[in-house]
Amino acid sequence: MTSAMLVSILMTLIAASTPLLLASLGELVAEKSGVLNLGVEGMMLCGAVAGFAVAFSTGSTGIGLIAAIIAGVAASMIFAVLALSLMANQVATGLALTIFGIGASSLIGAGFVGRTITRLQPVFPAMLSEHPLLRVIFGHDILVYLSFALVAAVGWFLRRTRPGLILRAVGENDASAHAIGYPVIAIRYAAVAFGGALAGLGGAYFSLALTPMWADRLTAGRGWIALALVVFSAWKPGRLLLGAYLFGAVMTLELQLKAAGVTWFAPEVLAMAPYLATIAVLTMMSLGRKTGRLDAPACLGKPFSAS
Amino acid sequence: MNQPREQEVPPRLALAHISKSFPGVKANEDVSLSVRPGEIHALLGENGAGKSTLVKIIYGVQQADEGTISWNGSPVSIPSPKAARKLGIGMVFQHFSLFDAMTVIENIALGLDEAVDREELKQRVATILQSYSLPLDPEREVHTLSVGERQRIEIVRCLLQKPKLLIMDEPTSVLTPQEVERLFATLRQIAAEGCSILYISHKLHEIKALCDSATILRGGRVVASCDPKVETTRRMAELMIGAELRKIEHGKAAGSGAVRLEVKGLSLPGEPPFGTDLESVSFEARAGEILGIAGVAGNGQAELLTALSGEQLAGDALAIKLDGEAIGLEGAGARRALGLACVPEERNGHAAVPDFSLADNGVLTARHRLPLAPHGFISRGNVKRFADNVIKLFDVRTTGNAALASSLSGGNLQKFIMGREIGQQPAVLVVSQPTWGVDAGAAAAIRQELVDLAAKGSAVVVISQDLDELLELADRLCVINEGRLSAPRPVASLGIDEIGLMMGGVHGAETAHA
Repeated sequence: MTSAMLVSILMTLIAASTPLLLASLGELVAEKSGVLNLGVEGMMLCGAVAGFAVAFSTGSTGIGLIAAIIAGVAASMIFAVLALSLMANQVATGLALTIFGIGASSLIGAGFVGRTITRLQPVFPAMLSEHPLLRVIFGHDILVYLSFALVAAVGWFLRRTRPGLILRAVGENDASAHAIGYPVIAIRYAAVAFGGALAGLGGAYFSLALTPMWADRLTAGRGWIALALVVFSAWKPGRLLLGAYLFGAVMTLELQLKAAGVTWFAPEVLAMAPYLATIAVLTMMSLGRKTGRLDAPACLGKPFSAS
Repeated sequence: MNQPREQEVPPRLALAHISKSFPGVKANEDVSLSVRPGEIHALLGENGAGKSTLVKIIYGVQQADEGTISWNGSPVSIPSPKAARKLGIGMVFQHFSLFDAMTVIENIALGLDEAVDREELKQRVATILQSYSLPLDPEREVHTLSVGERQRIEIVRCLLQKPKLLIMDEPTSVLTPQEVERLFATLRQIAAEGCSILYISHKLHEIKALCDSATILRGGRVVASCDPKVETTRRMAELMIGAELRKIEHGKAAGSGAVRLEVKGLSLPGEPPFGTDLESVSFEARAGEILGIAGVAGNGQAELLTALSGEQLAGDALAIKLDGEAIGLEGAGARRALGLACVPEERNGHAAVPDFSLADNGVLTARHRLPLAPHGFISRGNVKRFADNVIKLFDVRTTGNAALASSLSGGNLQKFIMGREIGQQPAVLVVSQPTWGVDAGAAAAIRQELVDLAAKGSAVVVISQDLDELLELADRLCVINEGRLSAPRPVASLGIDEIGLMMGGVHGAETAHA
């Protein structure tokens, strides 16, 4: 294998893993606060189409990214109002949000199919990434670096800060948190909004960085993998990073095998691998059961009413 | 009323003519009391006597309609719990506000009003734990702790705020006798340092052991104030209930009937991580007797109950015999049909489904012996009649058979559950902690029902941590310790010291098991 090939594979790996990492990190925070939002795929598509449309109209990918965040948050707020304020079933509401996101992105994106924009540019000047190996480190756009920074920041926030402690407390026992005097619903709104923002960015990674061209259903089910990834990570940001790159590697391998025209093995099998891995991890977690409980936030998916 | 004996020191807290109404109920009416600095003051009353409303007013959760609160001699208003904490009032609720998956120190931090630096908080908590000699590891996760240890977290949360008045709401209802002793030692030390304590309870012997003075509430009014160290328990109970206390009436000489339940060499591994292994448990319960099983929580009581109920099958059919029939390999439903009824300790979620109506909860266990669901179809009429009957016979205070189990108070739900099982006329009734968290009146009624059931020829097995209860109820008593059961002894021949020693694990020479 030449070093050029290696660099190319690594670049593809990072590109495949970054949107997964962004979207699942946002969902991790929402789930830590006790909210199960299955609408990640829908929020990603909203972010992807909004980012593309705005970047196409304004000619600026930067403004496109901001639009993607806003669209992701807006989509998540539909969910929040229904599931948190009106106490609709979170699973059903999340699924509906995904279906909504698929439809809305098709509708808005109908006029943009096949159009192209200038893709998100690498952060560092080109001279730094002339050498192939340096390119692996310096040759990426802002979202790649942001995703790593956010893993560290979220980990620090949840473990080390008082607001992070309160957020976990709300997900662990909403009734107790309410009794002590914390605003459970408001905290969950904030967590869901953060999840929406990162899902929007994850979606925009597809339309603004990966393939600077609009196509229907651009995210191709990555939102579901992001959801599986949160469970796989046992709600720990560090393991989430590992998992995102593991799942990213599997997807990269699938693409490479397809491109190489391998016939003795159906690359589609690899597309199943992330889900199988998640089931395997869940099984191991419940078999191990050293602590007598899974690591999921205890109030995950349960509606809360203050009265 | 307590006359302040030392006129120059104003009372720490004085309530004057407090009244509070809710739609349809007068929760408090013209309540006055005062608590001196460093005094442990008992607030005594049955469930629904207005104790909780009164302390909620003091802690700022609710506002009084009428009356004044004075703090150290000057009138104050307490609009919120935060304001109460600012004055120096701390409260430990009956239901803890804790987070299972988090560490002790994180739980303590969450209970504080302001952010405190992690290292500084660790220091302050360590100081408190040391000066009150409270055993508690700040780095442990809460779900690994016992109830007593969890309560200590709440106490430390309060002590961090340096309270002048500590309110304890039914603090011992879930504690083992040893944990109660330790709690009392802590409370005495807190009081000796000048902090007043308002101690809410309906357990009279505890109030006698701990408190300096007592205010007795009934129906929202103060019916008496007394010195609990001087007053008899019986008199206080009667003041609290407002009627002559029923004395438990035992039936004729028990223990001579036929063996109804026989357990022989029952061994079962406990469920990890916290289960206790049952090791060769053997006993028999005869028609007409009540067999008591004493022991400190976590010594295999839960495992024994699930083994008897059929939730866990014994390895050997012959290990459990009901009226001579081997049932060790029968499931829970089959055992019920044969007449072995079990009432577990946990009411909501184990003995009853919280979100089901009382009528539906009746079907769940009674269908095996009563025609509530013939051929698999529920007979609504029979189900409602059965539930109504239980509600009437056992004096369950509820809105009717459609009320959700979770809407009932602990005592009322327990009365319903006991009524449901007794109403099926079981051959053997096994019941764990029958009066846990139940007020005195209801507890007396439940105990009488158990005695009556035995008198009718059933065998009753009572698993309890409450020694007084067992001494009152049981004909024979054995002790479970680390999954092993001692040989039963007639209660008449036992002193309380001897039982205490047995519970602590010092088996007598003759109590070889199996």
